[in-house]
Parts: sequence; C-alpha cells; structure tokens
Amino acid sequence: MSVKTEMPVAPAETVPSLAMVMAEAERRPEADARQRLTTEVLLSVEGVSLSFGGVKAISDASFDIRKGEIRAIIGPNGAGKTSMLNVINGFYFPQQGVITFKGEKRREMRPYFAATSGISRTFQNVALFKGMTTLDNMMAGRTLKMNKGLFWQALRVGPAVAEEIRHREVVERLIDFLEIQHIRKVPVGKLPYGLQKRVELGRALAMEPELLLLDEPMAGMNLEEKEDMSRFVLTINQSLGTTIALIEHDMGVVMDLSDRVVVLEYGRKIADGTPDEVKSDPKVIDAYLGVSH
Amino acid sequence: MLYRETGQFKSTYSADMGIFPLRQDRNALFVLLAFAFIGVPLLAHFHVWPFGSEYLLRAILLPFLILSMAAIGVNILIGYCGQISLGSGAFMAIGAYMAYKFGTGMPEIGLPPLPVLVSILLGGVCSALVGILFGIPSLRIKGLYLAVATLAAQFFFDWVFLRVAWFTNYAPSGSVSAPELNVFGWVVNEPLERYLLCLTFVTVFALIAKNLVRGNIGRQWMAIRDMDIAAELMGIRPFFAKLSAFAVSSFIVGVAGALWAFVYLGAWEPLAFSIDRSLQLLFMVIIGGLGSILGSFLGAGFILIVPIMLNLVPSELGVPLSTETISHLEFIIFGSLICFLLIKEPHGFARLVTLMKEKLRLWPFPY
Repeated sequence: MSVKTEMPVAPAETVPSLAMVMAEAERRPEADARQRLTTEVLLSVEGVSLSFGGVKAISDASFDIRKGEIRAIIGPNGAGKTSMLNVINGFYFPQQGVITFKGEKRREMRPYFAATSGISRTFQNVALFKGMTTLDNMMAGRTLKMNKGLFWQALRVGPAVAEEIRHREVVERLIDFLEIQHIRKVPVGKLPYGLQKRVELGRALAMEPELLLLDEPMAGMNLEEKEDMSRFVLTINQSLGTTIALIEHDMGVVMDLSDRVVVLEYGRKIADGTPDEVKSDPKVIDAYLGVSH
Repeated sequence: MLYRETGQFKSTYSADMGIFPLRQDRNALFVLLAFAFIGVPLLAHFHVWPFGSEYLLRAILLPFLILSMAAIGVNILIGYCGQISLGSGAFMAIGAYMAYKFGTGMPEIGLPPLPVLVSILLGGVCSALVGILFGIPSLRIKGLYLAVATLAAQFFFDWVFLRVAWFTNYAPSGSVSAPELNVFGWVVNEPLERYLLCLTFVTVFALIAKNLVRGNIGRQWMAIRDMDIAAELMGIRPFFAKLSAFAVSSFIVGVAGALWAFVYLGAWEPLAFSIDRSLQLLFMVIIGGLGSILGSFLGAGFILIVPIMLNLVPSELGVPLSTETISHLEFIIFGSLICFLLIKEPHGFARLVTLMKEKLRLWPFPY
C-alpha cells in the first residue's frame, strides 16, 4: 500500500529536519565517513560507581563519547555494560561520579529528562509496546515533539490532525528506511524477533536523538539480519550524524562498526581505544580468554 | 457488496488514519446511526413491534446506552491505560450526586439551580477531579494493589452519600429525585425522548473517546499499559499519562452516572451505585474487550441482554423458571464466561468481531 504525503499541510519551517535528512540519506547512502569525526565530547562519564547493596556493578569508570562517533562498550557477561547505559539515561542513580551531557553536569535525573535532553535507547530484551502496531510504537516515540492539548485531540480537528499528519510523515520515512512497510499496521507482539528489534530501533530513532544507546542490537540474529542492522547503524551515524553508543557481543561487528571501544570487566574499565588498540591489549585478551593461574 | 478492501486506495494520511478505513465499515456505521436516530423513533411512533412497547425503550435501550457509555470510560482506564479500577460505581455516584447538587442549586454558596445539561457535565467534572485524586496512588502502586486503593474509593463514597446529608439536600429518606429534564426548552419526559437524549450523549462521547485513544494521548496510555519503563525512557511522563487517563475515564463515567440517575432512574438512593455496579462495569469491559470502544458496547449489551433472555426464553418455551433460579443462572453464566474469556480470548467479544471480519474479507473465495 503506498501512502502519499498530504499536500500543503506542513510549511517549510515546521517540517522536522529528520524528514529531509532521511530523504537525503536515501539518495546518497555513502556519505563521507571521516568528516563526521570530531574531538568535541558529547557525553563524559567521570568516576562513576554504582552498587546494589553489596554488589558493585560499576566501580570508578570513566570514559567519554565524542560527537558523531560510534562508541562500543564491550566486556564479558556481568561486566556492567547495561548498568552503564542505565546510568547514562537516568534509570539508575550512581552513588559516585558525575555524568556530563552536552556540557551539563549531573548525577541524578529522571529518565524523562534524559529523553528530553536527547538521549534515546533500545533494550537488550525488546521492550516494545506489544499491544500497539508498528506505526503506533514509532509514533509514540514522537510524543515529546507533539504538543497539541487534550481538547484538540478529543475533537480531532485542525491543529491536532495537522500535527498528527506531520509526524506521520516523518515516521513513514523511517519506516521506509528500515524496510518495515509491510508490518506497518501489525501489532508488534505478533512480529518475529528480528523485526521487533528493527521496530525498536525505529522507535528510538523517531525521537531524533543526539545520542542513541543500543543495547545488543544484534543479539540473537542470523548473519543477514546482522548485516541489515549494521547497515542501518552506519547509515544513521553517517547521514543523520547521530552519536551512537553500542553494546555488542559479536566482536566482528564491534570491530567493524565502532570508532572507539571501551572494555569493562567486573565494573572496571580495563581498556579504551580504537578497535585495533583494544584487540591487541593483553588485559582484554586475558578478560576474554582467561588467564592461567 | 462484498466485504473487501480491494480497490480502496488511500492517497492521503488523513484518509489512512480514519476510524473506519474500509468503506463497508463506514457505510455500516452510518446505517446503524441512521437507524438509531431516525428509524427507532419512527418505528416507535407507528408502534411497530418490538419498538412500539415502552418496555424496550425504557428497560433495555436506555440502560444499554448509559452503561455502554460508562463502560467506555472504564475501558479507557483499564483497557487502554492498564490501571485496574474497582471504583467505577463511586465515580458514577459522584457524577450523579454532584449533578443533583448543581441542578438543585447550592444556597450555602449562593449558587442558583443550573440548567440540567450544565449540571450533568459539571457532575462529570467533579467526578474527574476526584478521579485524579484517587489516581495519585497509581504512580506508586500497580495491579491488584491499585485495585484495592480504588476499592477504598468505592466504600468511602458509598458511606459519604449515605451519611452526609448535604448531598441529598437533607432528604429524610436519603432518596433524591432528579430535577425536571429541561434541555434548552425541550422537556425530556417520554421514554422516546429520554432515549434520544442518551443516544446523543453516547454518540458524542464514543466519538471523543475514539479520537483520544487513536491520538497522541491514547498512544501514551497504551505505552504505559504495555511497558511503563520503556515509555518513560521514550519521554512519556507516567504522571501525566496515568492521571489524564483517570481524569478522562472518571469524567465519562461521571457523566454516565448523572444520566443514569437523571434520565434512567429519576429517583435514586446510594444503593444504585454500590460495588455491584463497579463489578458489573468491570465485567462488561472484560467480556466486551479490553482496549476496544466497540467492545464496551458489546459487553454492555451482553450483560444486559442475558438476564432478560433468561427471563423470556424459558417462559416462551413453556418451562418457566423461578426468579432465584434465573439469578443463579446469571451468576453461573457470567462467572464461567469470564473464566473462559480470560483464558481463551483476553480481548473479549471485540476480538471475535475482528476475527470474523478477517474471515469475511476472504469469503466466499478463500484463496
């Protein structure tokens, strides 16, 4: 089913930038990758420690994420990777340490404020809204950008409809980009796992984040699905300029995609650098392969 | 005309976002509305069976419409936002008693009697405010614990309307009767007129509810229902989403309560809005379909029709049942049906309708 755009509803200045960028991305998928790398720090984590009762999930970890890069966080199971993401988007409050995002220092904040300041994420175990369709899930990602009140929505006239259509347009572009047109109106609970992961990426993207946190985006996928997902991650990073922090266990994917890698083990940072540096670091090799005692 | 979407192309998003994207569905709705608004009054006027009898209008259609509306309100809270409430009867009572207070005036604060339509809506507003108040615990507690908190609302307001004489204008019997139903000079008295008034209310509120649940706020409600943690990380405020669901739900339930008292009962006492009413509404929503506006109508219809059928059918067949047997049968049927539906089809009758439509799309050429 092809759905064309509504003719004159959206004046140029109100069209969200994402729509135009996505159109651009479709035309020119091979943007120059090297231009995007800067030294400007988008988010920095300094001396963060997090413990649950007696269990130390993260102890004194520090690293930074630069604007425009793909930053991988790797480590053996239980190293504190997901806890780190949860700290970054405000789901856990660290006992020590400071997180600086876009120059603003903070230790405590609610997930809602992380969302408003431009951090969005996907989850290790897909956390979609199961009873809602693909379209509704992605439209829900645009909640922050929709501001028409209950009254207009109840009557569903004028401004509310115009707003709905404008955001639908953006979401449809994302749907095209992620190649999930055929499941637009299917409740996501019925979708296979690989597609759910893709819808979840779409929902996170619909927020137009500055920092996108991906928690094992390729877990449980076969080779083709991993290749598709890698392609999406690269395109998002290169064409939209979104900074991406990603947790992944597939080393091939991590080494190919990421610009810099931070390695955690038992909540501590043991290595930080380009994929090549990390790969040859003896501590990392020990952590993954084990040391003879 | 076959039930089929073939050849119906949408070229705009607004067409694609319609309530009924299929032309056949739209036509069916128009036929139904035309029948309800024009057909029924005409048939009643010419005394065509069964519409000629007052019994059908007064004892079946009127409660069906009002309870459908209340069920829509309950469905918004339970079906769409996932917040279990057992206090719907209390919110109906608040709507009814506050509408009564506004309709008869409050001399203590110098408020003259307000027009009946305004009183009914203000009754809904009061119910919405109380709904927000009793919704606040939902920010901390979920599921069964929230159900208990709303149950507290039910018992508290049962007590209030029984014991605080101000609400009943100090009537010695505790029973009150509604003021004259004067809607812009149209005195609603005959069953047919009452039916039309309620039909208008239900149509308007069903449309409003449908618009809300398919808009941004509806998506927020459903997001909270399906995965509240993820919803918060997506920038949905649980505070706003939950309390707005409580407010909208109690508003609709409150207006339904005011209609129930003013239009259906005429004179009532607190017993009319007891815990039984809350449970009845809950059953309607579960049997009809959680998270479906259509389901609210189906559930209300079913719950009302079954007892009447149990009354009529056996005596028509020549095996009259005693009143006790009938009420026991009612319990047996509702109880087993709820168990069956919760296990086999948690989305109720509305889901069965959807499945039927899916089948119908292929009929009569299944390939």
